[in-house]
Amino acid sequence: MLTVEGVRSCYGRIEVLHGIDLEVRTGEIVTVVGANGAGKTTLLKCLSGTQPISDGTITFCGESFAAVPAHKRLSHGLAQSPEGRQIFTNLSVEENLRLGAFLYADDRVQSDMDDAFAMFPILKEKRNLAAGGLSGGQQQMLAIARALMGRPQCLLLDEPSMGLAPLLVAQIFDVVKSLKARDVTVLLVEQNAFGALKIADRGYVMETGRITIQGHAPDLIADPRIREAYLGI
Amino acid sequence: MDALLQFLFSGLTVGAVYALVALGFTLIYNASDVVNFAQGEFVMLGGMITVFAYQAGVPLLLAATLAILITAALGVALNKLAIEPARGAPVVSLIIITIGASILIRGATQLIFDKQLHRFPAFSGDDPIRVMGATILPQSLWVLGGALAVFAVLWVFFSRTLTGKAVLATANNRVAAQLVGINTGWIMTLSFGLSAAIGAFAGVLVTPITLVSYDVGVTLALKGFAAAMLGGMGTPKGALVGGLLLGCLEALTAGYLSSQYKEAVAFIVILGTLFVMPQGLFGAKTTERV
Ligand SMILES: Nc1ncnc2c1ncn2[C@@H]1O[C@H](COP(=O)(O)OP(=O)(O)OP(=O)(O)O)[C@@H](O)[C@H]1O
Ligand SMILES: [Mg+2]
Repeated sequence: MLTVEGVRSCYGRIEVLHGIDLEVRTGEIVTVVGANGAGKTTLLKCLSGTQPISDGTITFCGESFAAVPAHKRLSHGLAQSPEGRQIFTNLSVEENLRLGAFLYADDRVQSDMDDAFAMFPILKEKRNLAAGGLSGGQQQMLAIARALMGRPQCLLLDEPSMGLAPLLVAQIFDVVKSLKARDVTVLLVEQNAFGALKIADRGYVMETGRITIQGHAPDLIADPRIREAYLGI
Repeated sequence: MDALLQFLFSGLTVGAVYALVALGFTLIYNASDVVNFAQGEFVMLGGMITVFAYQAGVPLLLAATLAILITAALGVALNKLAIEPARGAPVVSLIIITIGASILIRGATQLIFDKQLHRFPAFSGDDPIRVMGATILPQSLWVLGGALAVFAVLWVFFSRTLTGKAVLATANNRVAAQLVGINTGWIMTLSFGLSAAIGAFAGVLVTPITLVSYDVGVTLALKGFAAAMLGGMGTPKGALVGGLLLGCLEALTAGYLSSQYKEAVAFIVILGTLFVMPQGLFGAKTTERV
């Protein structure tokens, strides 16, 4: 579904991705784990088109994304729930969700919204409140729900567990896992390597702009290098 | 008492124009973080183009419509030719570009038209209406009504339509707006076109009262900016209240102190706002975007 080949990207003159190769197949949950500053967010931004790439190719469903601007990528089926949630803080919860389905004006918008409320009942309770007033966990739910309103085939999730209490982290990971049943393919970026690998099919380890280890998630969890560096075991 | 009412009438009339200019500032600021100092030129163009089209024999309503459309097109051109290509430049540079654009527009207007003061007939005649001992021009009612109508239409646009919400979303978080599929470049174009059209509309409404010449835009931009600061940059409600308040402050200053001090009011308002409440009356927005 998503193929990344030799992608490089820079901030100014400093290159932070030094040729990334990665593949996400239809129906998979794939995770990219790595330490602070490894370049995970930059990679996702390249995929969603909000960060330019200086080399390499991104192919989605057989189509090159080279000439597809950020705002058109969702209509191709690729959604992103960005780092730091990036919800529309001045708008209400419901408006955030409606805007998630900005591309659509059919009856499914309402049923998708009902779905989102069923998935996260707290959002229904707070539907008329300004999104900026939500707690961190609720904002994360809103960010995921808003991305799902765009009817993606593939969802990019950037550190959905960041800054959340353990109970909420578990709940968010459960939701991510449940996306499989909705036919949404997931690329999950996490510092919480253990939590991510537990729900993923495959994983990549990223270190200072390079993929250093890759494999099936259970193998990675068992890999001594990863156990030491990322799982703290 | 009669005098006070009289001052308030004239204050509200110019205030309504300031409010429309401030609204133009607000729309562009929200879409792009740019304070567009060419905003006053849009008002001038609305008046000037109507004047010359009318003198050329075009019926007034058609002339005004033409003026608004041409000005809107110029607003779009300003964005496409000057602001968009400089995207990524610091906001200060963009603001300087708008100042350059305003000088250019003024110069071109002076060349294409002339340097004289002009007017066209008021929409409903020039006979003052008596209200409780004071008088008000019918055209003042047009100005006030027109301004309120613009604000009402905009309110519906922002609160009831998906496109309006997309504008708000872009103002709130540009990257997130792109991620949900909003073409933020197009939103910017829309905002420039809309701002220019609103400015031109203000020019059409007020020209029969204040007259128009190629250089009226400078003062209007300054006053509109003061109004937007006072109300809180970025909020339409602030633009409305700030504009009307500034107009009344000016009229009262001219009436009770001296008309010499009138021009200083806008400066004092800008300075006072910066010192006392930099957010303005309604602006809660902390500038967190980068
Ligand atoms: N806007 C920016 N301008 C300049 N450098 C940046 C910018 N954003 C990130 N960087 C740098 O790029 C590198 C990769 O950052 P990135 O945010 O992609 O890492 P990350 O893996 O997502 O980290 P984290 O786990 O902390 O989110 C870091 O060295 C960071 O300092
Ligand atoms: Mg990150």
